[in-house]
Amino acid sequence: MSTKQKSDAADKIPFPSRGSSPFGRDTQAIFWNNHQTAIQRMLDYDTLIGRDLPSVAAIVSPTGSSRFGKFFFGTSEILIPIYKCTSHAVAEQGHADVLLNFASFRRAYRITSEVLEIPGIRTIMITAEGIPERHARALKIRARELDKLLIGPSTVGAITPGSFKIANIGGTIENIIASKLHRAGSCGLVTRSGGLFNELAHTIALNADGISEGVAIGGDRFAGSGFLEHMLRMQDNPAVKYLLMLGEVGGSEEYRVIEAMQDGRISKPVIGWCVGTIAAHFSTGVQFGHAGASASNDREMASTKNEAMRAAGIRVPRSFNDLPEIIKGVYSELHAEGVIDDIAEPVITPLPEDCQTALNSGRVRKGTHFTCTISDDRGDEATYAGYPISSVATPDTGFGIGDVITLLWFRQRYPKWASEFLETVIKTVADHGPAVSGAHNARVTARAGKDVISSLVTGLLTIGPRFGGAIDGAAQYFKLGAEKGLGAEDFIDYMAEQGVMIPGIGHRIKSIRNPDLRVKGLKQYAENHFPVTRLLDYALEVERQTTRKKDNLILNVDGAVGVLMVDMWRGLGYSEEEIDHFIDSGTLNAFFVLGRSIGFIGHILDEKRLNMPMYRHPFNDILYDVSVVRDERQDH
Amino acid sequence: MAQRAIREFEGKRVMHDDWSRHFGQFQYSFEAASVASGDELRTLATDGDHDWLNQSPLVVKPDMIFGKRGLNDLVLYKINDPGDVKLDDAVRWIDDQRARTTTLLGGQSGILSRFIVEPFVAHDSAAEYYLAAVMADGADILSMSAQGGVTIEDDWDQVRQIEIPVFVRDDELADMITVAVPDGIPDRDRFALFATDFYRFFRDQHFSYLEINPFYLDGEQVYLLDLVAKVDDTAGFLMDKRWGPLYYPTPFGMKAPGPEEKQIKAMDEKSGASLKLTILNPQGRVWTLVAGGGASVVYADTIADLIGVEELANYGEYSGNPSKQETRIYTETLLDLMTRSPDPQGREKLLIIGGAIANFTDVARTFTGIIQAFRKYHEKMKAVGVRIYVRRGGPNYEVGLRNIQKAGNELGLPIEVHGPETHMTDIVRMALNAT
Repeated sequence: MSTKQKSDAADKIPFPSRGSSPFGRDTQAIFWNNHQTAIQRMLDYDTLIGRDLPSVAAIVSPTGSSRFGKFFFGTSEILIPIYKCTSHAVAEQGHADVLLNFASFRRAYRITSEVLEIPGIRTIMITAEGIPERHARALKIRARELDKLLIGPSTVGAITPGSFKIANIGGTIENIIASKLHRAGSCGLVTRSGGLFNELAHTIALNADGISEGVAIGGDRFAGSGFLEHMLRMQDNPAVKYLLMLGEVGGSEEYRVIEAMQDGRISKPVIGWCVGTIAAHFSTGVQFGHAGASASNDREMASTKNEAMRAAGIRVPRSFNDLPEIIKGVYSELHAEGVIDDIAEPVITPLPEDCQTALNSGRVRKGTHFTCTISDDRGDEATYAGYPISSVATPDTGFGIGDVITLLWFRQRYPKWASEFLETVIKTVADHGPAVSGAHNARVTARAGKDVISSLVTGLLTIGPRFGGAIDGAAQYFKLGAEKGLGAEDFIDYMAEQGVMIPGIGHRIKSIRNPDLRVKGLKQYAENHFPVTRLLDYALEVERQTTRKKDNLILNVDGAVGVLMVDMWRGLGYSEEEIDHFIDSGTLNAFFVLGRSIGFIGHILDEKRLNMPMYRHPFNDILYDVSVVRDERQDH
Repeated sequence: MAQRAIREFEGKRVMHDDWSRHFGQFQYSFEAASVASGDELRTLATDGDHDWLNQSPLVVKPDMIFGKRGLNDLVLYKINDPGDVKLDDAVRWIDDQRARTTTLLGGQSGILSRFIVEPFVAHDSAAEYYLAAVMADGADILSMSAQGGVTIEDDWDQVRQIEIPVFVRDDELADMITVAVPDGIPDRDRFALFATDFYRFFRDQHFSYLEINPFYLDGEQVYLLDLVAKVDDTAGFLMDKRWGPLYYPTPFGMKAPGPEEKQIKAMDEKSGASLKLTILNPQGRVWTLVAGGGASVVYADTIADLIGVEELANYGEYSGNPSKQETRIYTETLLDLMTRSPDPQGREKLLIIGGAIANFTDVARTFTGIIQAFRKYHEKMKAVGVRIYVRRGGPNYEVGLRNIQKAGNELGLPIEVHGPETHMTDIVRMALNAT
C-alpha cells in the first residue's frame, strides 16, 4: 500500500496511525457526565458482542453525590466508579484511554482542553452542539499538535462493529442487529450527521455486508477530525475494503479527499454523496441542516462537490435515493473480485430485556408493592385526587387550603361549609403560646442549635394522650355515650366508672361566666352552617351537668373540635363506621398536628431570630431527691 | 446557525462599549445614529444626546448587512460638494429611499428600512487604511492595507496578509504584526499598535469576521468610516455582557420570518431539542415534517430532484428528542399553514413525515405529539386534501408507526406508513407516483 506523505501537517493522520480502528475489544472509556441511558447502551452492546471487559471504566460527574453507578452488564449488575474530577478518574483508571465528553456546550470546551493535556487519554469525543467556533477550532488544532484523535463536537460519535461503540450511535440494540453493527463488515463509513450515519449503516447492511468501522464527524464548521483523517486511516486498515463518505453543502472537506484520491493516498473504492443540493435553489439566508452546512461560494455547493467527486473517480449516485444501488454495485464487484469474502454470521448473545421495556410492551406483568389513591406524578403535571396542581393552587382557582386537604385526605372536595370549618379548626389550634409542652420542647431543641425539622419533630412527638389528644378522645367518648343512649348524667357516671376524665371538658381559666371565645366561634359557625349538630348538642348537655359541679368544667376547644368533626362528617353523609374509622386512624389528631406545626415552626424561627444560647434548666427548679443506693455487689 | 452578520451600527457600538479594554491608547467618539425613518432621525436630533446631528455635515448609508453601498450609489455624503449634507437633507434622503423599491447590483430587491447616520469626516483620502480579520481553518488571517476604500479589491496586491496561529503569545502577535505593516504608512508603530488591538478585539469578542474599510488615524483619534462584521452566535452565552443585545437582521431582499417561523424559533431557543422551520413557498404542495438535521436536508434535496423545488413548501426539522408537547406544537404550526388554502390547481397536498433511524429520539413519543396535532386538524386536512407518507426508524418505532397508522385510519386521513426496511427517501418517490 503506497501512502505518499504530504508535508501539509493538517493532513497528518492522528492517532492511531497503526492501520487499524482507534477502538478494539479491550478499549475502555471514561464517560464525562452520568448519562445513564447512553452508558447502559454501551454496556448492552458489550454484552451483544460478547466483550468480557465493560467498555465504560469510569464516570466523571462533578456534581453527583454517588461514588458508584449501578449498571447491567449482561444479566448481572456491576458498579462503575464515579469521580468528581477527570484527572483523578484517568489516574485511577489507567487502562481507559478514551474520554466521552457529554458535558453541555457551556462546559465542553473547558473540560476537553483539560483532558487533552492528560497523557493517558488518546481519543476524545465531544457530543455538545453549539460550542463557539473559536473554541472548537482551538481544540482541533491542539489535538493535532498532541497527536490525539478528537471526534466532534456535535456528534453521536463512532463505532467499530464487534469491538466498541460510543454512547448512542447505532440506536437501539434491535437496530444495531438489523444494521449488522454487532460484527465487522467491510465498508468504512464517514458522515457528518449522526442520524444519517445510522441510516447509511442500515442501508449498507441491507445492500452489502455492513461496516468495518465508522465515524460521524459532526455538523459543526470546525470538526475535531475530518473526513480525510479518518479515510486515510481506513485506507491503511486492511479490514476496510471500500469507503463511503456522506458530505454536506459547505466547507471543503470533500476536496481534501478528492486530492488524496488524485495523489494516490486513497486507492480503495470510494462512494460519495454530498447532501444539500437544495441550497443551490435559494440565494442566501436559508440555513439547511447543520451549523457548518452553508456554502460561502460555488465551490462549496453540494452539486459542485458532487460533480468534482464524480470527476475524481468517486462513485456518486444521481440522488440520495439511488445510493443503495451504488453500494450494492461496489460491494458485488469487490465480492466477485474476491476482495471481500463472505462473512459467517456470529451467533448473537440474546440480551436480557429490561423489566420496564418488557412491561411497556406488554410482554410481562408484575405485581406492585404499593398502592396510591390520592395523587399521581406520572403525567405532564402532578395531580391531587385527579386535579392538576395548577388547577387548585392560585387564588383564582377558588380552591383554598381546606379544599386541598379534603382532596388529599378524604379524596373529595368538601362543600364550602366543611372546607371552611376545617380551615377554622387549623387556625384555631395553630398555636397556644410557648409554655405548652410541644412548643417548649421545640424551643429547647432549637436553642440546642438543631435545625427546623429536628426541632419541629421534638415538638410534634409530645402530641398524644395528654397533649393535644383530647380531640380524638372527645370525639370517641361523646360519640360512644350518645350511641349507647346514655343521658348526660349517666355518661358522667359511666366515665367515672371507667376512671377516665371526660376528654374535652374543663379549662384552666375559662368558665361559664368567662366563656372561651374560640369555642363560642366554633359553635356559632356550626349552628349557622352545619346540617346537623347532634353530637355538639349532646356534649353541651353534658357540659350543663359538669358546670353545675364546677363552673370551669366547660366544653373546651379540643372537645368542641372533636364533636364538631363528627357532626361535620355526619352532615356530609358518612356512615358511623366510616366516622369511627376516621377517629381510630388518627384523622382528628392529624388536624391538630397540622395546625400546631404552624405554631411550632413559629416558635423555632423565633428562637433562631433571637439567637438565644442553649437552654439549661436551673438547679433551683428541680427537686433533687437522690440518696446513695445500695451496692448489691459489695453486699455479696 | 453560527456565523451571523450584524449591522454596521451594532459592530461600532460593540467596539465602542469595549473600547477601553482593547484600545486603551486610542480614542473613538461613537457618533452614530441608527434610524428607520426621517422622523426618527429628527426626533434623535432634538433629544440632547445627538447634537452633532444639527452641527456636523452628515453621511447616511443603509445599514442592512449588504456591502458595496458606494457602488450601488447608496451613500449620501454630498448634495453639491462632499460634506454639505445637513439634517434636512438626510431626513429627505431617508424618506425618499423608503418610498421606493431598491434593487442592488447583485439582484436583491426590497425596501431600505434601516439607516446609519454619522458625521462627515473631512480627511485626506490617501490616508484611508484597511484592516480585516477572518477566522480560517487553521489560523486567523489579518489583512492590512495602506490603500483602503471602495477600491480595495482592485488594489488587492497592496494588501498584506498574515496568518495568526490560534495559540499565539501576545508578544509574538505584536511582533508579527509590526513587521507586516504595509509600506506607505507614515506612522508604522501607531498603525501596528492599532492593528494588534483590532485583532485582539476581534478574537476575544468571538467575531468571525471584522473589517474596517476605510478607517483613518489622526494621532490617537480613530475614525471608523465603514465596518462589516459577523459574530459567532454560539458564543452568545459567553459574550452576553460584552456584546450587549445583538440583533441579527434578515438579509436584504429576503422575506422576513413570519409569525409561525418566529414562534418555532422562540420554542427552539428555550428547548434542549432542535426545532427549525422556514417557509419557502406557502402555496407549495409538498410539506415536510422531518426529524434530524441531516435527514431534513436529504428530504428537501430529494423533493427538489424528484418533484420540483417550486412544489416544496417548507424546510424544517425537529430533533434531539423533543417532548410530546414540543412536537405537537411544531406539527400544529405546520398543519395550520398547510391547510389555510387548497392547492391552486386542486391537487392533493402531500405531507412527508420522514426521518432516518433515530439514535436516541423516542419515535413513539414524538409521534404521539404528531397524532395529537392530527386530532386537532384532521377536518381542515381533509378539507384541503392531505395525503400523508411516513417513514421512520429508531427507539420505539414499531409502536410509533402502529399508532400513527391507526390514528390516520380512525380520522379518515389517507396515510402510508413505512419503517426502516424502506429506503429513507423512497416515500418521496411513492408520493410522486401516487399523484
